Amino acid sequence: MPSLSELYQNVILEHNRSPRNFRPMPDADRHADGHNPLCGDQLTVWVRMDGGVIEDVSFQGSGCAISRASASLMTSMVKGKTREEATRLFEQFHRLVTGTLASDQAETLGKLAVFSGVSQFPIRVKCASLSWHTLKAALDEGIKTIT
Amino acid sequence: MTVTVGPELDVEQLRKDFPILSQRVRGKPLVYLDNAATSQKPRSVIEAVGRFYATENANIHRGVHFLSERATLAYEAVRARVARFLNASSSDEIVFTSGTTEAVNLVAQSWGRSAVRAGDELLVTAMEHHSNLVPWQLLAAQTGAIVRAVPITDAGELDLDAFDRLLTDRTRLLAIAHVSNALGTVNPVRALVAHARQRGLVTLVDGAQSVPHLAIDVQALNCDFFAFSGHKVYGPTGVGVLYGRAALLERMPPWQGGGDMIEAVTLEASTFAPPPARFEAGTPKIAQVIGLGAALDYVAAVGRAAIGAREDELLAYATDRVSGLDGIRLIGTARHKAAVLSFVVEGVHPHDVAAVLDDEGVAIRAGHHCAQPVMSRFGVPATVRASFAFYNTREEIDVLIRGLGRVRTLFA
Repeated sequence: MPSLSELYQNVILEHNRSPRNFRPMPDADRHADGHNPLCGDQLTVWVRMDGGVIEDVSFQGSGCAISRASASLMTSMVKGKTREEATRLFEQFHRLVTGTLASDQAETLGKLAVFSGVSQFPIRVKCASLSWHTLKAALDEGIKTIT
Repeated sequence: MTVTVGPELDVEQLRKDFPILSQRVRGKPLVYLDNAATSQKPRSVIEAVGRFYATENANIHRGVHFLSERATLAYEAVRARVARFLNASSSDEIVFTSGTTEAVNLVAQSWGRSAVRAGDELLVTAMEHHSNLVPWQLLAAQTGAIVRAVPITDAGELDLDAFDRLLTDRTRLLAIAHVSNALGTVNPVRALVAHARQRGLVTLVDGAQSVPHLAIDVQALNCDFFAFSGHKVYGPTGVGVLYGRAALLERMPPWQGGGDMIEAVTLEASTFAPPPARFEAGTPKIAQVIGLGAALDYVAAVGRAAIGAREDELLAYATDRVSGLDGIRLIGTARHKAAVLSFVVEGVHPHDVAAVLDDEGVAIRAGHHCAQPVMSRFGVPATVRASFAFYNTREEIDVLIRGLGRVRTLFA
């Protein structure tokens, strides 16, 4: 039986209370909007690149604790990474929340491992991955609305 | 809040009629407070559907064999049953649809496309479920008509002054929810319909949320159309009803073409059956209609007045308990409400509230309730909604309150 404390781990609750990089970025060179019409979650992700490296990343929006904490942890994790590294991290994260990540790969995710409980709650997968899809859209196309 | 206590129901006994209510979910007894989304089904409904398939199944209106004749009689008997339930003057005024949504779309596409012209105005309210808003927006896009909406007050009531101002010489239609699914507000539809009809408007009442709680008399309401869904009144999913005033239905063109709705067909052209058959193309939802009949019988046996009184009492109790908690904002505080308690927990997203309550076995709805304009009006992305049926208990509401306490602790 999936337990609530696996879903709402302390790190998630803490990032929900005090999200990191929760601000607009006036000098961003790209951004994208994400929207989950099913539950009304919406957020904007801003990115400033330095060559191929994510120099700064921020977000704002409204959503549940899972989506907010996921966006917050994502921004902390991808700052300073190359676009390719960020994309790889997203792939791994997506496997984690859908329960298809090999157990020996979990540690490469670092703090993101706190989202492992999401795989027990299939309807929350979208909450956890909305910010990542939005970041990817910002990196790939610059300005786009993701649903 | 004063509570009028009706004839007492033996709730403990009645709960045994609903097999699902004795289930445990996530290791806890199920507390089902999502009745506005769909109600649970009594054994008599479940068995009526099963019995139909086991012993009566045949297509209707097209066979001379024994089973087809029996199925046809059973299906048409429910039409008469629904007419009595709504106090329609004839069962020819009862059209079976797949639900409220299809009923409203039928009116929009059949009546609307033949009667509405560019520049005409369609008046709805800002508290409509999307199913009584989007079909009119589609009609407006097709015809060049304009959709206007009666605004709502901070309490979640209709702004009646604005209603008067919004009625113009171009207004052709009033389409209005009887009870708001997101706020619980009971609208003064009888007065509004009377006012609208005086000005020659066609009127449609969305009864999806009122039929489970209030006795309905379409002749007293005097509306032209009234729509409801079977599954919210203890019946099966997939069946709903459109009541239409005979004089209007007779003038309306078909909406969908196919079997059963025709009079004569040649390769060049067809003529159409009179209502209600004109609006029931194809093999209808026979088993679901049979189930709906059983549901209306069940409601009658329990007693509609007793059901309404019981739900008022549960709503009053829940409102009182939830209002007593810190950090809760009720969304929808109309003077006259039915069985819906919508609220937000300060600083906690409704989906997180729902997840914690779910862990306690409590089923509530979190989201925009297919009423996004209502959410924008109150400046929230979503609400938590508990909605009650007569089979709910005060003890279940206490479980909800304890769950909300856990929400506060977890997200503090």
